[in-house]
Amino acid sequence: MASPRPATADQAEFLEQLLGDGLLVDSGVQGIYGKGERFEEVRMGIDALLTRTAAGLGAERLRFPPLLPRRQLEASGYLSSFPHLAGSIFAFEGTEAEAALQQERAGAHEDWSEFQQMTDLVLMPAACYPVYPAIAARGALPPGGVFVDAGGSWVFRHEPSGDPARLQMFHQHELVRLGEPERVLQWRDEWAERGLELLRRLGLAAELDRASDPFFGRGGRMLATNQRERALKLELLVQIAGPEPTALASFNHHEDHFGSTYGIELADGGVAHTACLGFGHERIVLALLRTHGLDPGTWPEPVRRELSPA
Amino acid sequence: MTGAMRIEIRRVLRDHARLPVDVDSLRDDADLFQLGMTSHASVNVMLALEDAFDIEFPDQMLKRSVFESVDGIARALDELESRAA
Repeated sequence: MASPRPATADQAEFLEQLLGDGLLVDSGVQGIYGKGERFEEVRMGIDALLTRTAAGLGAERLRFPPLLPRRQLEASGYLSSFPHLAGSIFAFEGTEAEAALQQERAGAHEDWSEFQQMTDLVLMPAACYPVYPAIAARGALPPGGVFVDAGGSWVFRHEPSGDPARLQMFHQHELVRLGEPERVLQWRDEWAERGLELLRRLGLAAELDRASDPFFGRGGRMLATNQRERALKLELLVQIAGPEPTALASFNHHEDHFGSTYGIELADGGVAHTACLGFGHERIVLALLRTHGLDPGTWPEPVRRELSPA
Repeated sequence: MTGAMRIEIRRVLRDHARLPVDVDSLRDDADLFQLGMTSHASVNVMLALEDAFDIEFPDQMLKRSVFESVDGIARALDELESRAA
């Protein structure tokens, strides 16, 4: 079992406020919360704002369940970069006697994992993952490439924490671009600026900075240094709670990683480059609650208008 | 750096760098990333070098420039050897 990250005093206090005010609902497991109506209304406002913005720029809407075929995860390289964050789905296979034994152990909260077999599914690690094979299956990209809005899908990260901004399951709104290298990079950079402006319109003191993913192990340190040096990952950061600002969105340039992995071809036969933008719905809501107060009814009028246009 | 060590570096590159070219034909200063070594392959090269030479690269050496050529790797191994001496 992963050891939970301890919360700082202000993170713990913020979480208490959110639970006490009914914005979040406790589950007994760190990083897993239900949401009250006021929280969810704001989250849906953010979902609509992102969907509207992407649609206005020609995005094609695709939606996927929050599960990934295990073979796709295995092909993606995720288990080499982030083995510590992945969640796989196991299910019971056995006889009646084994089912009874499993229930006996489970009822006593003892280890019943020996009755569980790996299934063909894993929890969604990042909402953009199903997009690449789906687009690859269509054949070569049209000239200019493809822009997909994969929506605000549930994703899972196995990292229990007392920080309310570090959830184990949350909505990640992914926009994905596949196409010629220079177009993809330009799109990523334009969206970084657009995202910055979008968060500032919501009254958030957001800053754009280079970042790296939490790659696993010492090899991961090398990947992270490389990612930062070459500006492959940008983040929009806002102070919520804790010693450092929290990333509300990230803008990732994969170069030809997914293009090569899934055989995504350009119109001229070359390997497609890809980039994805991930907006964390819950983190944006938390930043808004922290900045403007726990009652969205009292937020500044322009912010409320962005989230629920007439 | 002895010739034997450079031969060993090339063996590691042949087994782990997944280069689309013949490793023996490379110059010592050839840029392995430009030749097609991916970031993930460079991690495997790093781990295989640690095994082959029974060393551990310190954190400040875990970066792209150290592993970009046979010369770069040889320099890093030389430095680790002189520190250990």
